[in-house]
Amino acid sequence: MTAVFWKELADHLGSRRFVIFFFLILIVGGASAYLAAQALSGRETASEFIYLNLFTVSGGGLPSFLGFLAFFGPLIGVVLGFDAVNSEFNRGTASRVLSQPIYRDWWINGKFLAGFTALAIAVASIILIIVGLGLYIFGFPPNGVEISRIAMFFVISVIYLGFWLSLGILFSIVFRQTATSALASIALWLFFTLFLYMLAGLIADQVAPIKPGVSADVFAKHESIRDLVLRFSPVALYEEATTAILIPSYRGLGIAALLQEAAVPTSPLPLGQSLLIVWPQLVSLVALTSVCFAISYVIFMRREIRST
Amino acid sequence: MGLVVEAKGLKKYYDGVKAVDGLDLEIGEGEIYGLLGPNGAGKTTTILILLGLTEPTAGEVKVLGYDPTREPLKVKRLTGYLPENLGFYDDLSARENLLYTAHLNRIPEKEAKKRVAEVLEIVGLSDVAERPVRAFSRGMRQRLGIADVLLKDPKFVILDEPTSGIDPEGAQQILEMIVHLRDEKGMTIMLSSHLLHQVQRICDRVGIIHRGRLVAQGTLGELGAVVEEGACLFEVRTSRVDEALLGALRGIEGVTSVEAEGELIRIKATTDVRPRIARAVIESGAELVELKGHTYTLEEIYLRYFQE
Repeated sequence: MTAVFWKELADHLGSRRFVIFFFLILIVGGASAYLAAQALSGRETASEFIYLNLFTVSGGGLPSFLGFLAFFGPLIGVVLGFDAVNSEFNRGTASRVLSQPIYRDWWINGKFLAGFTALAIAVASIILIIVGLGLYIFGFPPNGVEISRIAMFFVISVIYLGFWLSLGILFSIVFRQTATSALASIALWLFFTLFLYMLAGLIADQVAPIKPGVSADVFAKHESIRDLVLRFSPVALYEEATTAILIPSYRGLGIAALLQEAAVPTSPLPLGQSLLIVWPQLVSLVALTSVCFAISYVIFMRREIRST
Repeated sequence: MGLVVEAKGLKKYYDGVKAVDGLDLEIGEGEIYGLLGPNGAGKTTTILILLGLTEPTAGEVKVLGYDPTREPLKVKRLTGYLPENLGFYDDLSARENLLYTAHLNRIPEKEAKKRVAEVLEIVGLSDVAERPVRAFSRGMRQRLGIADVLLKDPKFVILDEPTSGIDPEGAQQILEMIVHLRDEKGMTIMLSSHLLHQVQRICDRVGIIHRGRLVAQGTLGELGAVVEEGACLFEVRTSRVDEALLGALRGIEGVTSVEAEGELIRIKATTDVRPRIARAVIESGAELVELKGHTYTLEEIYLRYFQE
């Protein structure tokens, strides 16, 4: 398996599309972080967790880095995965490789692991560059809490991108044509990042319409239905999870927390407590990734290896 | 002589379509066995089953004593496979492609480098070893494929259409290489093809496969005998053909039919009547230019089978 892993990793890191997407995210993300840093350093009172703000605050009209990663991150995952298996069939390398004495699952496990590693390398370097940028602008290092929270943010981001990677690989197994699997992945990406948000609002409006003068209960219901629908989307799960990690005072999700805000102290929570809040989201993300992988695995293990 | 391949009652159905339908196959050690048949006869499917790349619907297979469905790794360790649509990683050089195969076979690094150099030398690609495979011609790819097969020093080699799409000179080289493998390295070779004259030149035994069944099997001589049970065919060329001569020929005892085609006369008889044919020709006043017993070419045998 190590042979497959190292070859695939080398392929990923050397591939043009990986480099292009890496720099795309680096430039856009870096710019948003830079603008955020500008905005932050202009403030009168410094925030307690200024390095975390770097990722969540938006400045100069650009969305925050977090927003960018949630939106564009899937593309880098999909790009690494969408032709992982079917291109090998189309090129005729699959039957050659699989007639070597290796188990089939080594091959696809190696591909998954290599993809994950490539994603981890990409995310880690982008985060480190942004932290470095912060160091340059602020002139003091991040504290321990910030470092641990950024590390957690890194882990969640890799899992999130890993979901899109495994979705891409799943489609690359299901569809014979690379173009089809690319389009299917993009379609799902658009659905989850754009349409589901519209759809969630629409469904909530239908079930619990908000008219002038409705009670707070209806508001709460409207919001909870919207959240319920949204949580089918890994994008929403990721945004919720990382928000809790990067904003230590974040205590809850949805309208209930908003309504109670006045009554709740805004002091920061320890990392463990923040994790507890978003534990369901984290588990769901991991589960989605594993499900994609499991389906790919089952289909692939029984697939006939024909070189046409 | 041990059996390398033993298959009994092999069946493979695809959604009710019978690709292989009750195939029995036996290949002995040190043989070159040719699997012949038109496109879609089930040649490639049979090969995939032998390698454990697809599961048979029914039937038993043993390759080198192992069941390829249950112990694919043991089979693949000892068996080299050259697929029909051979593919390499285009961006990697010939040497890198072979090194990857060597790693998949868990050949230690030092040994692998030596072996790769050796096999490249055997197939005559040492000069272009560092070039990316993208620039290779079809013939060079095919030779690289043979190098790839040789790398793991297999006991049994399966070549699927090894010479299709290659110019005559290239095909000749490949055929010579195949014979060389058997003679020098004692490998057992099975090749599938629809290019009959090539198979005819190098195969010890051939099997004709049609609609998923082995309709005939044996050496070329045996197959010819099966086609024309107890019949001998002679071709006579004379300086002059007339009715008197044909009448005299028909009068010979044991002759069943006489057909003239220009100066060529085809005679079918139940026994060897060549001396009497010669005399009849001389006595008719014509000169005997040529008289030969006809041996069937594989093409004729083949066509004969598919006419039925």
